[in-house]
Amino acid sequence: SGSFLLVYLYIFLVVFVGIGLPIEASAPAYQSHGTEGSHLTNITNTKKAFPVLAVNYEHVRKPFEIALWILLALLMKLGFHLIPRLSAVVPESCLLIVVGLLVGGLIKVIGEEPPVLDSQLFFLCLLPPIILDAGYFLPIRPFTENVGTILVFAVIGTLWNAFFMGGLLYALCQIESVGLSGVDLLACLLFGSIVSAVDPVAVLAVFEEIHINELVHILVFGESLLNDAVTVVLYNLFEEFSKVGTVTVLDVFLGVVCFFVVSLGGVLVGAIYGFLAAFTSRFTSHTRVIEPLFVFLYSYMAYLSSEMFHLSGIMALIACGVVMRPYVEANISHKSYTTIKYFLKMWSSVSETLIFIFLGVSTVAGPHAWNWTFVITTVILCLVSRVLGVIGLTFIINKFRIVKLTKKDQFIVAYGGLRGAIAFSLGYLLSNSHQMRNLFLTAIITVIFFTVFVQGMTIRPLVELLAVKKKKESKPSINEEIHTEFLDHLLTGVEGVCGHYGHYHWKEKLNRFNKTYVKRWLIAGENFKEPELIAFYRKMELKQAIMMVESGQLPSVLPSTISMQNIQPRAIPRVSKKREEEIRRILRANLQNNKQKMRSRSYSRHTLFDADEEDNVSEVRLRKTKMEMERRMSHYLTVPANRESPRPGVRRVRFESGLSV
Amino acid sequence: MGALQSLPDEPEYRDLSEKTGFSFEQIGILHKRFKQLSHNEDTLRRDDLNTIPDLSCNPIRTQIIEAFFDKRNFHQNGEGTVQEISFEEFLVVMSHFRPPALDMTEEQREIIRREKLRFLFNMHDTDNDGTITLEEYRHVVEELLSRSGALGKETAKGIADAAMLEVASISMGHMEPDEFYEGITFEHFLKILKDIEIETRMNIRFLNMDTTNLCKVNRAYPDCTSLTKYTDKLLESCLWFGFGLL
Repeated sequence: SGSFLLVYLYIFLVVFVGIGLPIEASAPAYQSHGTEGSHLTNITNTKKAFPVLAVNYEHVRKPFEIALWILLALLMKLGFHLIPRLSAVVPESCLLIVVGLLVGGLIKVIGEEPPVLDSQLFFLCLLPPIILDAGYFLPIRPFTENVGTILVFAVIGTLWNAFFMGGLLYALCQIESVGLSGVDLLACLLFGSIVSAVDPVAVLAVFEEIHINELVHILVFGESLLNDAVTVVLYNLFEEFSKVGTVTVLDVFLGVVCFFVVSLGGVLVGAIYGFLAAFTSRFTSHTRVIEPLFVFLYSYMAYLSSEMFHLSGIMALIACGVVMRPYVEANISHKSYTTIKYFLKMWSSVSETLIFIFLGVSTVAGPHAWNWTFVITTVILCLVSRVLGVIGLTFIINKFRIVKLTKKDQFIVAYGGLRGAIAFSLGYLLSNSHQMRNLFLTAIITVIFFTVFVQGMTIRPLVELLAVKKKKESKPSINEEIHTEFLDHLLTGVEGVCGHYGHYHWKEKLNRFNKTYVKRWLIAGENFKEPELIAFYRKMELKQAIMMVESGQLPSVLPSTISMQNIQPRAIPRVSKKREEEIRRILRANLQNNKQKMRSRSYSRHTLFDADEEDNVSEVRLRKTKMEMERRMSHYLTVPANRESPRPGVRRVRFESGLSV
Repeated sequence: MGALQSLPDEPEYRDLSEKTGFSFEQIGILHKRFKQLSHNEDTLRRDDLNTIPDLSCNPIRTQIIEAFFDKRNFHQNGEGTVQEISFEEFLVVMSHFRPPALDMTEEQREIIRREKLRFLFNMHDTDNDGTITLEEYRHVVEELLSRSGALGKETAKGIADAAMLEVASISMGHMEPDEFYEGITFEHFLKILKDIEIETRMNIRFLNMDTTNLCKVNRAYPDCTSLTKYTDKLLESCLWFGFGLL
């Protein structure tokens, strides 16, 4: 009964918002004029009663509407997750589009013009958070291991899709019975290039819920990100030429050059801003509160700068996030890291929700021009070209891959090629001089609906049916980390023995370059010398300590009763009681020293977070190590007499392992 | 070197191919490399491998070289180490790094996984008693961090201890305070590394094409010797880099 109540509540909200917005939009002009006017009139007019209550909607109109839309979007999202049966079957994106349709329909019924997804708003405000979120948290290892495959799918796959679809649609338009003989080849190719690109927003929205294995996920996702350069070039190329009407060989050649400029230029711009951000973060140790802002602003600047030069903004954002991440994370505090993570997730979530709702509303808004043959053929051709493209390319790629792509992988890659809002916005950007604009828009919307609804809804049961490998739920394990690094060195070594300059050789060279030159400049303090394994170990320790603080209990996090005693029992003779006492005293003094040092930091706005975090963590650490101390006494008794006591807290790591010596 | 481009010895190579799974061309290329490393002798020694410049900055160099001379990796149920190896043994060790074929069944993949993990286990278990003790594991981590100086040595102990603790908890679950965990057996080793998908990770590329032959034409000009060396290397590395990306 609770969920029914919620359903009623939401219907009510939809109606309320749907009606409320346009009424406010067309509010009568009785609001007070600007203050200057009233100031003058006050002197000459007769004295009116002092207005106790007045309504001035124009004043707050724009922000009010924006806030209301966002609130609606979030309430919808909230609602879906409270109805478990629905969210298990239908992906969120579908539900949001339906809501958009409803709201749009309501607005139209009332007689108002429903707002359309403004392309400028979309490209400048709604898209960047999603891409930044994707780029910043891009899993680097699988991405770089498969970057060749991803590039082949993104570039050659998209080109194939565009030309195949454009060409066949042109052939279709030549048929008399369709009634579209006015459409020329360039217009069809333009349409093909808009509709052929796999959309990152839609892919993210759907794939996030199916938890597929890492390889397929990174293939589809990486492709959706990297095909932006191709889309930009093709779109601009065909848009330019469809005005002129002819294409020469020189133009094609320039187009190819343009592609390299757009993609590499975008990556370069992103990398430059990434290094700037990393360099800035080196100096933020005294102003921790604004650290996350640097990350966001530099990335957004990278996006805007590359859009300014007509380079690929998406690739710039990805490059910025990828380049900046390892260095920034070594420099910023734990709280800033959490802030960045949650803000990115929050913004991208809101953006995604808004995009899908607006898609629904824009569909109702129109304008539409429906032609059965054209639209149906477009949908079918989309599917066919995607499947053919994937199969053909995989056949070639598998000859060069060590780990081949199986048929199941290919199927998911082909089926997961969803189209989304980018295609719609690009179509909307077409100037009105294109006679076929409405037809194209209708076809694009139909394709988007088809891929999101049909493919989005059926992909989950298909994944279950085909028993495709799913993502493993893995906790960070120190053994796996050790062996990952061990394997890297082993494979580099064996490649050296074979005399091959392979994948691992170049990776090793890059790492060494990174360590000797780059890290020195971009990472604060002495941290740059720290190898990855140690950084991982410290992170794990920190996580464990925080978990203990949160759960409020002390006993070991591992569910077993195994302790160090089982691993290395006492095999050393006992030392005299006096010596034991002396050691205990020294160690206790050390712990006290550290405790005091942490507490004495002044309470101020700027160091608030730091002191808090360090305090809790160090508190737990001290308690934990105290417990270990009792149990591991035998280890400490091996300390030879002439060794000095460990120096207090120079580095957390030294302090901690000093106890285990 | 050019003479080796003639047809490889059919019966010998066929035997090796069956044993290790390499193709004839791959065996030919690896044979060339073997002769290059051993200075045209029939056996390879530790010093020959020590002189490879690419290995000099590898932190686990000693263990890698030892693995080539470890009888346990020759698939002949032998134990202990040898001082020199023949081409056949060299090839058998290399075959641990071949990727599994596309059409393999689940059982075959499991066998390959065990083989590769056995290789890794042998690398850690230096005294050949069937378990990786705490000391041996500490040594492994120390070697990995050996390039970080004194800091590495201290944290290596902490890391190795934590790792052993993790293995013990996963494999044994519950132990009395006075019980002793001897060391990581092969079965425990399999268990903790089962998520790492070793059969797809522990592979290197053995191409069928000998890339140095593409620059054969340059060898006709003796006065460009240094240049040919660089163009050879450059072309080869470009090709490998390109393949490596895929």
